[in-house]
Amino acid sequence: MTNNIYECLSWLPEAATDFSRSVSAATTGAELQELAKFALDQNQLGKLANRLSYLRTNGFSLAPLVSVNIGLVSDSTTGLIASALIGTALRFGISLTIEQTEYNQVAQTAFSTENIFAGKTLSAILLAIDYRGLPLTPTPGNRVAADQNIQDCFSYVRSVIHSLRTNTGAQIILQNIAPPVETPFGSYEGRLPGTLSWLIAHLNSELDCLISDDTFILDVAGLAANVGLSNWHDPTLWNIAKLPFAQRYAPIYADYACRILAAKLGKSRRCLIMDLDNTLWGGVIGDDGVDGILIGNGDPTAEAHLHLQRTALELRDRGIVLAVSSKNEDATARIPFAEHADMLLREHHIAVFQANWSDKASNIRAIAETLSLGLESMVFLDDNPAERMQVRKELPGVAVPELPEDPALFARTLIAAGYFEAIAFSQEDQMRASFYQDNVKRIQVLNQSSDMVSYLESLEMEMTCTPFDVNGRPRIVQLISKSNQFNLTTKRYNEVDVKNFEEDSNYFTRQIRLKDALGDNGMISVIICRKNAAIWEIDTWLMSCRVLGRRVEEAALMDIVSNAKKSGATKLVGTYCPTARNALVKRHYSKLGFTNTFCDHKFETWELDLAQYQPPELPISLKYAI
Amino acid sequence: MKLPNQTNDQTAPSTAQFIADGLTPIFRDVFDDDELVISEVTTARDVEGWDSLAHIRIMVSIEKVFGVRFTAAEISKLKDVGTLAELVLNKRAHA
Repeated sequence: MTNNIYECLSWLPEAATDFSRSVSAATTGAELQELAKFALDQNQLGKLANRLSYLRTNGFSLAPLVSVNIGLVSDSTTGLIASALIGTALRFGISLTIEQTEYNQVAQTAFSTENIFAGKTLSAILLAIDYRGLPLTPTPGNRVAADQNIQDCFSYVRSVIHSLRTNTGAQIILQNIAPPVETPFGSYEGRLPGTLSWLIAHLNSELDCLISDDTFILDVAGLAANVGLSNWHDPTLWNIAKLPFAQRYAPIYADYACRILAAKLGKSRRCLIMDLDNTLWGGVIGDDGVDGILIGNGDPTAEAHLHLQRTALELRDRGIVLAVSSKNEDATARIPFAEHADMLLREHHIAVFQANWSDKASNIRAIAETLSLGLESMVFLDDNPAERMQVRKELPGVAVPELPEDPALFARTLIAAGYFEAIAFSQEDQMRASFYQDNVKRIQVLNQSSDMVSYLESLEMEMTCTPFDVNGRPRIVQLISKSNQFNLTTKRYNEVDVKNFEEDSNYFTRQIRLKDALGDNGMISVIICRKNAAIWEIDTWLMSCRVLGRRVEEAALMDIVSNAKKSGATKLVGTYCPTARNALVKRHYSKLGFTNTFCDHKFETWELDLAQYQPPELPISLKYAI
Repeated sequence: MKLPNQTNDQTAPSTAQFIADGLTPIFRDVFDDDELVISEVTTARDVEGWDSLAHIRIMVSIEKVFGVRFTAAEISKLKDVGTLAELVLNKRAHA
C-alpha cells in the first residue's frame, strides 16, 4: 500500500461509519473542522462542503473558522475539485468560498476587466492549468523552435498572472504542469529538445522563477510524480468531461492547495514533538539498554529509524523546532543521545526534552508553553495508537499523524502530511531552531536567577532598529502574518503592502533585531507608524513572544519617540484591537505610560504626550543600522 | 469507505438486489441524500442534481468501490440504473 499514502491520506485517521450522520447533525464551524480531520474521499468532502454552505446560509456560527474567498481559473473542468477544496479547507480551519470560471476561460477571464471577479475581494486565485491548455508545440530535435515555444508559453502564463493581479489584486497560486505519460521516444524523450516532455520540464523550471511576492507554486508535477503519472492521468475522464486528472486524487490535490492557503495565513506548523521508543529508535531503552536498541546502519529496522532521525534534522535545518515527549526516566531516555555512536539526533538538537511518566497531552502542553508556541503549531509523532488517540482527544489543535506499522514509512508519511508547508525561506528560518534552543537555555537560567534585574543585565542585550528594506521583507511579512499574541492591531499585510510601506515617506517603519549573550534572536519585532505632522499613529506593533519580559517594547518605544520628536511630532497615538488571541497586550499602552482616550469592545485608542515622556533606564543597548 | 465483499465464489446477486445493496449506498453518498431510492427504471431525469458531473462522480465511485473500469462509450450510453447495474455485474463476473 506504499503507493497509496497520498491517495488515501494515510496520515489521517479513518472516518467513523456514522460520518454522514455526524455531518448532517453538525451545527458549528468547530464541529465541521473536527469532522474534516479524517481521511475523506471526494463524496465525503462534498458532504462537508454542502453542510458548510447550509450553515452559512442559515446564519449558524462558523467560529473559529477563518473566511477565505478565492478565484478558481482553469483550462479544464473544475466542478468536482471545488467541493473537494471547500471540504478540505475546513481541515485547516478555513471557511472557503470559491468564485469559479466556466470551463476553459483562462485568457477570457484574465484579459477582461468585466469578468466574474469584478467587484469581488479575493485573497488568492488558483490558476489550474494543464499541458493540454497551453500553446505547447512539440518540435523534436529543433532546439531553436523549442526554446521559442517555451518562451511563448511562459509569456502567456506570465501575462495571464499579470492581468489577474492587476484586475483583482489577488495573489496567484499557480499550479505547474504534470507531464503526459506517453513518451514516443522512450528514455530518449527527456534528452531531446522539443519533445513534449522536454518542453514541459523546461517550462516548469521557468515557472519556478515566478515564485515571488505575488505568486506561489502548487507543485502538481511533484504530486503527480509521487502518485505515478499513469495513475494521475485518466484519458477516459479527460475525453468525456475534460477532467484534468483521475478524480480519486481530488482529496490530495485539495490538501496540497489548502496547505498553501493555510501557510499564507500563518497556519503552517512549527514544532515536531517526537516519541522515543519504537519511534526515534527500535526497541525500548529502559528494557533493551543502549546496546540493545535499533538505530544506525547495518540492520533494516535500525536504518528505518535512522531515516526518520535524518528527516527530523532536515526539518530542523529549515526552521522546525524539535522536541521530545517520552514515557521514560529522564536520565535513561537521554543515554542514547549522549552515548550511542549511531544516533544522528543529539541532545543539542532538541529544544525541549520531556521524559517522565505523566500523560503525553500534559507534556505537550508544557512543551508548547516553554516554547511560547500555540498548540496549533505542534505535530506529535508516536508509534503507539493509544498515545495518538489520547493526544488527539485532549488537544485537538495538535496534529497527530497516523503511522503505518513499518517504521521504514514513518518519514515518508510525516512529510506527505505536509504539516510544515513553506511559502518562503528566510534567514531567520535557517536559524530558528537554534533560537528556540537558546531560549530554553534562557528559561533554565531564569529558573536559577532570582533577581530579574541582574538576569536581564547578564544577557547583555543589543537591539538593532532598521527601517524596512528588501532583505528584511520576507521575515517582516512572516511576522505580520503569523503573530497573534503580541500584536496590537493584528493587521495582516502581504509582501506588496510591506514594499509599499517601505517606499512611502508618510510611514515610519521598524524591523527590530535582538542579540544577547546566549545567541542571536534575529528579527523579533515590527512597527509601522503613520506620520501626520504633529501626531504619529502606530498602525502596527507586534513582537515575537520569544522575547517577552525582556523590556524590548520599552526600548522600541524609546526609538519611536526619539524619531517622532526629531520630525517635529508632539503626540503618539496607539490603537489596541482585542482579538481572541491578543489579551497579552491588553495593558501594553497603559504599561508604557499612554493615556486612554477611547474604549469600546472592538477598539481602544491611547495617547502619549511626547513632551512628558521620560526615557527609562534599560538593560538593552540600542544600535541603529544605516 | 468499507469495500463490499469482492469474492466471486457466491452466485451473482440479482440486478434488483445489487441495486439495493451495492448501488444505493453509492448513489446516496454522491447525492448526499440518505433517503434516496433508486430502481431498475430510475433515470437521470428522476433524480435531482443528476447532471453530467454527478454522473461522472457516480461512475468514478463505482469504479473505486467495485474495482472495475468503464470506457467512455459505456459511461455515455447508459439508459437507466438497470443497465448500469447489469454492466457492473457483467464486468465483475468477467473480472
